Order: sequence, then C-alpha cells, then structure tokens
Amino acid sequence: MNITEKILARASGKERLSPDDVVFVNVDKVMLHDVSGPGVIKVFEKLKNQGINVEKLWDSSKVWIAEDHFVPSAEKVSAENIVKLSNFSKKYGIEKHFKYGLGQYGICHTLSHEEALVLPGEVYVGGDSHTNTTGALGAFACGLGHTDIAYVLLNGKIWFKVPETLLFKLNGKLPEHVMAKDLILKIIGDIGTDGGAYKTMQFAGNGIDEMSIDERLTLTNMTTEAGAKNGIIEPDQKIVDHLASRGATEFTQIKGDSDADYSKTFEYEASEMEPIVAKPFSPENIAIVREAPTIELDKAYIGSCTGAKLEDLEAAAKILKGKKVKIRTEVLPAAISIYKKAIEKGFIQIFLDAGATVGPPTCGACCGAHMGVLAKGEICISTTNRNFPGRMGHVESQTYLASPLVTAASAVTGKITDPRDLN
Amino acid sequence: MKGNVIKYERDNIDTDVILPGTYLKLHDYDELASHAMEGIDPEFHTKVKEGDFIVSGKNFGCGSSREHAPIALSHSGIKAVLALSFARIFYRNCVDGAFLLPIEIDEEAYKNIANGDELNISMETNEIKNVTKNQTYQMKPFSEIIGKIIAAGGLFKFKP
Repeated sequence: MNITEKILARASGKERLSPDDVVFVNVDKVMLHDVSGPGVIKVFEKLKNQGINVEKLWDSSKVWIAEDHFVPSAEKVSAENIVKLSNFSKKYGIEKHFKYGLGQYGICHTLSHEEALVLPGEVYVGGDSHTNTTGALGAFACGLGHTDIAYVLLNGKIWFKVPETLLFKLNGKLPEHVMAKDLILKIIGDIGTDGGAYKTMQFAGNGIDEMSIDERLTLTNMTTEAGAKNGIIEPDQKIVDHLASRGATEFTQIKGDSDADYSKTFEYEASEMEPIVAKPFSPENIAIVREAPTIELDKAYIGSCTGAKLEDLEAAAKILKGKKVKIRTEVLPAAISIYKKAIEKGFIQIFLDAGATVGPPTCGACCGAHMGVLAKGEICISTTNRNFPGRMGHVESQTYLASPLVTAASAVTGKITDPRDLN
Repeated sequence: MKGNVIKYERDNIDTDVILPGTYLKLHDYDELASHAMEGIDPEFHTKVKEGDFIVSGKNFGCGSSREHAPIALSHSGIKAVLALSFARIFYRNCVDGAFLLPIEIDEEAYKNIANGDELNISMETNEIKNVTKNQTYQMKPFSEIIGKIIAAGGLFKFKP
C-alpha cells in the first residue's frame, strides 16, 4: 500500500485497502473557519429541529478554529460571524481557537503547520478546499463541506472512497529562479484542472527531498486546483525537526511500502523548469513567463496560504530589496508568527521601502471577499491559487497566478516579468 | 422527476461562478439563492423555476468546498445538475447534504439536450427522457454508497 492507503487503512481498522474501496475512517483532527464554521452552525440548527442531539461534540480537543476569511471584519455580517464562532467554541469547549487581534492567528492552512496542529499519519479534514495543503506533513488532509464537517464533529468519522494515486517525481533541485509554484502550475497545465479529480497527488524524488517544507506546502496546496482529494508527501527528517521545534514529538510516521501501487507516475526534470504563469481564467491555462502576454498590470498581490509563507516573503524581498514597485502592491503575511519573523529578517522594511502596502493575515482579496479586491477591468498578478472569473473581485477583472519571485519582479516593472530579466 | 433545462454549454463551472466569494459570509439560504450563478448569469434568479435542471460540461463545481454553492442552487429550485463530470467536494456536498442530485451524463445526452427542453428523469431505470425531443438517454448509475445516501435522504439519515 502507498502512504494514503496505509493511513486510511489504519484509520478504518482494515488490514488492507485498495482504490475504490469505501470506508468510514476515524478522524484525528478537524478544522473550521469563519466561513465553514457558521455554515456548520446552520447545519447544527437544522439537525436540532430534526431532533438530533447536537449538544456535545465527539472530541472537542481534536477540533480547532481559525478566523481568516473575513477578518479583520469589514462590515457587520462578518463581525457577527466572528461572534458566532466565539460562542460556538465556548459552548463546545474548543480551546484551540485562533482569534485575530489575540496573539497568533492567520490562514488556517498556514496555522496547521506553523502550530503543529496536524501530525504525520493523521486523518485531517477541514471545512476548506485547500485543506490538502497539510498533506505536506505526511497526513491524509482533505477538504469537506459543512454537512460533512458537522457529521465529523458529532460522530468522529466520515466516509471516503479510497483514491487512486498519481505519483509526481521531481528529479534534481529546482534552479534558483524557479519555485515550487512554477512546478505545480506546470503539473496542472499538463494534467488539467480535473486531472487529479478524486485522486491522490503524491510528490516524491530527490528534488522533493531537497525542497524546504514551505515549498512542499505550495505543491500540496495546489493539488486542489487539479481536483485532487488529497496531496501528500512522505514525512522525512525535515518534517520531524519542524514539528519537534514546535513541541510535537509523539506521532507515528507512515510511509508507503516499497511495492506500493501508483496508477500513474510523472517525471519532471528540475533543470528544465522555467518560471510559469497561469493566465485568466484557469490555473491550467499556463504560459512560460518569458512568453507571457506583454500587458500592463494594475496590481501585484503577495498573500494567501499558497504564497505568503516565510520563504515566499523572503523570495519577494530578495527581488524588491532596493527597488520601487511600479504598480499597487499588497503583501499580507499568512500568519502573525510569519509576520514577526519577516520583521526580524528585515523583509517588511524592504516591502515598505519599495512602496508596497503590508496588511494583516487574511484570505481577503484572494477569494474576492474584502481588503484589496479588484475593480472591473483590473489585471492582477498574484501568488494565490485560483484565477476563475471574479475570483479576486469584479467578474471582469483578471488574475495571473505566479510565484513570489515572478510576482515581485512584475511589481517592479508593471509587466509580467521573469526574475532573471530584472536589472 | 420532471423539469426544464437551463443549459451552460461550457466546462469547469466553478464555485466562484456559482456563488461568488463575497457572499460567503451569508448563511441565509434564500439570500444565497438570490445570488446563485451570479458570476456567469446575473439573470439566473429571475428565470429559474422550481424543479428546473442545470445541464453543463466537465468538472462542474470545481474550486472551493463552500456548501453555499449547492445550497444556492437547491434553494433556487434546482433539483438536479446534469453534467459530463463533477468536482469531488461539490459532488459530495450535493449528496451528503441532500440538496440536489449530481447526475453524470454522456456526450450524446450533453450534445442533444438544449436550453428549455423538458426532461423526465427516472432514478429507478437511470433513464433521462427528453420530452421535448422525444429522446431517451442513460445517466451514469450512482455508486453504491452514493445511491444509499441519496435514498436515505442525506448523510445524517444514512445508517452505515
């Protein structure tokens, strides 16, 4: 069995599982945020009206809450959702509630690894499609809707069809001007936005071994954009050290058997990789940056669970150091802990000196919610993960998805720019 | 199950189109319905009628896990979406929350069903009858678990 099959077998008490088997698995961790949380509360209200007991969760110590999408609240409805979440965690005794303005908070997927909330070998479900991100720690991490999350909160388990696994091997270390974002955009361009649908996308090879955790997280994060059920990377010493530095030492690493089955294997040569953008309106609509259209950009956005981890900010700072941005540029570190480290390392000073605006952690403009949304006709280059029509604002706005290096270089020139071509 | 078709002849109708992100803070089902399909068809809420079906291409519902998407469609009156394929979270949200039926159709059905056609769908025979055109197509049968959850009326009523 491969790692995903082994985790699901462990969690369902089965000796052996194969793709297409349907099992109820015991869940180890659950996450809700200020969009899925109020949705779950609504499901609880409906269940209560049907006479189902919703007074107690199966295990509130395994549940955590992030305030990330509509924070800081821009208007009353969002503010009320935050109050609803607070009442929910108080009622059910959920202690891990990361509130904005109260110490560490940030985007849920970033907190999952920053705070070691999920461990290798675990089954982790979250009320957000990019829950896949956390599979970089060697967990089975999968996004679900409100009804499914409500079911898990009350029963501690959920059904899954065991996915088949696509294996993506990276041979060699990525060149300096290429990031994990370029690789995952290339992969999505190759297999399409439904190329991983219902499947596992697993990453391996010496190029992945060499890769930092922040970069691995970009890969698993965007498996969602290929429709995958989960993205996963077998845990190694880097993961063990990362978790140990956050106080998490007790877990069982699960790795695939040497004769594990993969339905298809894809090989990528790191040395052949180029900086890539995904043009509007799909992550699969890719182009090599040097061959991208020479359009005038209106904005550069460096934010989100995909593109505002510490190394993403470091990459952008490397480009922006001593330079000025030519277009509106917003930088939003993905969590307070990252924000603080970015201050210590001087990145925030670099962004401000370059003329960029630095904001608090939020999903905000990435999902067209608030704080920096695009006007009609505006064109944005962004370190985020989706560029569907209207994703970041007006339905006639446009988003180009790119790495932090490309986004920062483009902020300097006002055009889509390969970092190697910046003087 | 009888109703009329609203057809979107394209692939990858995503959740940002079905229910734009700015409305994710809303949790009143009728309010969500008033914004359904706004990203592609701002007039949708004025033309949709109780019992209608949406027909579309590949990978319907891709993108976010927002249950707002099937909720908005279901509370607009949509009883089923007929598509060449579905994105996974949207698919299971439709079924587990018992909002609407995600029905997989083949290329022939997709090509032949036109906007406004009246369909009669039988879950017993997996047949889709196009009353307007006097044609019959086969839908892809639901897998065992999906069929059982649908028959139960959603995940909470399903006894594993």
